[in-house]
Amino acid sequence: MLIKKPAGLTYADITPKNIYFNRRNFLRGLGIAGAAAVVGERFASILSPSTNVYAGTKLTTVKSAYAVDEKISSYNDVTHYNNFYEFGTDKADPAKNAQKFHTSQWSVSVEGDVKTPRKFSMDEILQLAPLEERIYRHRCVERWSIVVPWIGYSLSTILKLVEPLPKAKYVAFQSFYDPHEMPESRGTGLDYPYVEGLRLDEAMHPLALLCVGMYGETLPNQDGAPVRMVIPWKYGYKSIKSIVKIKLQSSEPPTTWNRQSSYEYGFYSNVNPNVDHPRWSQATERRLGEIFMHKTLMFNGYADQVASLYAGMDLKKFH
Amino acid sequence: MRASLRKFLAGKWAKAFVFAVSLIPVIRIAWRAYRGDLTANPVEFLQHQTGDWTLRFLIFTLCITPFRKLLDLPELIRFRRMLGLFAFFYVSLHFLTYLGPDQSFNFAGMLKDVAKRPFITVGFAAFVLLIPLALTSTAGWVRRLGGKRWQLLHRSIYICACLGVIHYYWLVKSDIRKPVFYGALVGILLGWRLLNWLIKRKAPVVAQSAPLRVS
Repeated sequence: MLIKKPAGLTYADITPKNIYFNRRNFLRGLGIAGAAAVVGERFASILSPSTNVYAGTKLTTVKSAYAVDEKISSYNDVTHYNNFYEFGTDKADPAKNAQKFHTSQWSVSVEGDVKTPRKFSMDEILQLAPLEERIYRHRCVERWSIVVPWIGYSLSTILKLVEPLPKAKYVAFQSFYDPHEMPESRGTGLDYPYVEGLRLDEAMHPLALLCVGMYGETLPNQDGAPVRMVIPWKYGYKSIKSIVKIKLQSSEPPTTWNRQSSYEYGFYSNVNPNVDHPRWSQATERRLGEIFMHKTLMFNGYADQVASLYAGMDLKKFH
Repeated sequence: MRASLRKFLAGKWAKAFVFAVSLIPVIRIAWRAYRGDLTANPVEFLQHQTGDWTLRFLIFTLCITPFRKLLDLPELIRFRRMLGLFAFFYVSLHFLTYLGPDQSFNFAGMLKDVAKRPFITVGFAAFVLLIPLALTSTAGWVRRLGGKRWQLLHRSIYICACLGVIHYYWLVKSDIRKPVFYGALVGILLGWRLLNWLIKRKAPVVAQSAPLRVS
């Protein structure tokens, strides 16, 4: 069998050329920006007390070219039909059990094989780049799908900021976990904290969204507040919720569903109508709000953008 | 108290009462449908509800004999056929929610799915196996088949219940609590029968002096 190994990324690949060639200036600039941010933060907290509740806050966004022209799912469906096993396995559980989930004082540590590991506060994350509204298809491995106007920016924005080292080949994500705050997580059959992973080139793809909101507002708790991933060409469980840690590393990180059942849930988990789940077909899906099934698209309809990431790979083997 | 319970169970209203109560789940579903309150995924909701109620009614049916004997309430036998038929009613609805929304009423496509997916295969097998039981549930069929053969045929409800539990177990992704709970109930009910059968087999040896066929 001919399996092409993914081409090794070079430092230049993951750093925009202008920044790469002017990295000294860029770093100096970062220092100034950092200092300004600290001063700015002080002022901001005097002017408006730090936002304690992120859920339900309006966000200002810019338009994005990444918008499918399909009917957007109802907000009520997207917020009352969730897989977030830390809050229970019934689809209606997270909406009920995540209400008291504390997401204030949140920070995300970006670390590992990077030049400048850093802890980002939520306020910093919200201000790193213009927030874009992107309308993506979202396809669950259980054969239901939704169309959601997510808010955020490409994960690459934050990864470039910490400067991945050449040896970094993968990105590992970790969700928040506190068994006291999430008592319903017991008995759900998964190991916590929930972990996920991407190859670095997947993580750097502009479609891979670091998401802080949806439907014009910050994320509701049950949808992964305050910050989550949205990877539209992969099954929903790859889009990890409530992220506290992003680690760059040289080895393939373990992923929660793969640990639970490796032959059913692969590391890649790309939406693929030709590779069935061992227990059910993946050829069709049901849009929430509809009765009958319709055809599932290769890479969930994002083949033009992402198929090249997997050129030469046996997608059945690397499912 | 006990006398009045037995009188009620033997009376003419008891069957109507059990019938009405057994309809509550489907009335509740219909009411929610009318109000547009079938969750974000109505098809899945209907599939899960009808599947759950099928398993529950299979278990209720299997409860009759042990309860009849343990509680010494011979009148309970009057409700066994009705409960079994309600299990068949709910499994038929369950099957329709699969044949319709999932398979677009395409019978050939459905059979392909049945052949390919083990969890569908066992569920479909349980459904098919329940059809002859529903058809031969009348007193006329007991006569036509003869008590022994009829009973043998109707013991396949044990297989149906087991297949139903496996069907559910193979459906869930990681949270196995509910299918395991149903499995435990079916296990207890079948275990009780196995125990009885073992005791009965040994009984003639123990009670050698007792006259045969006292009843």
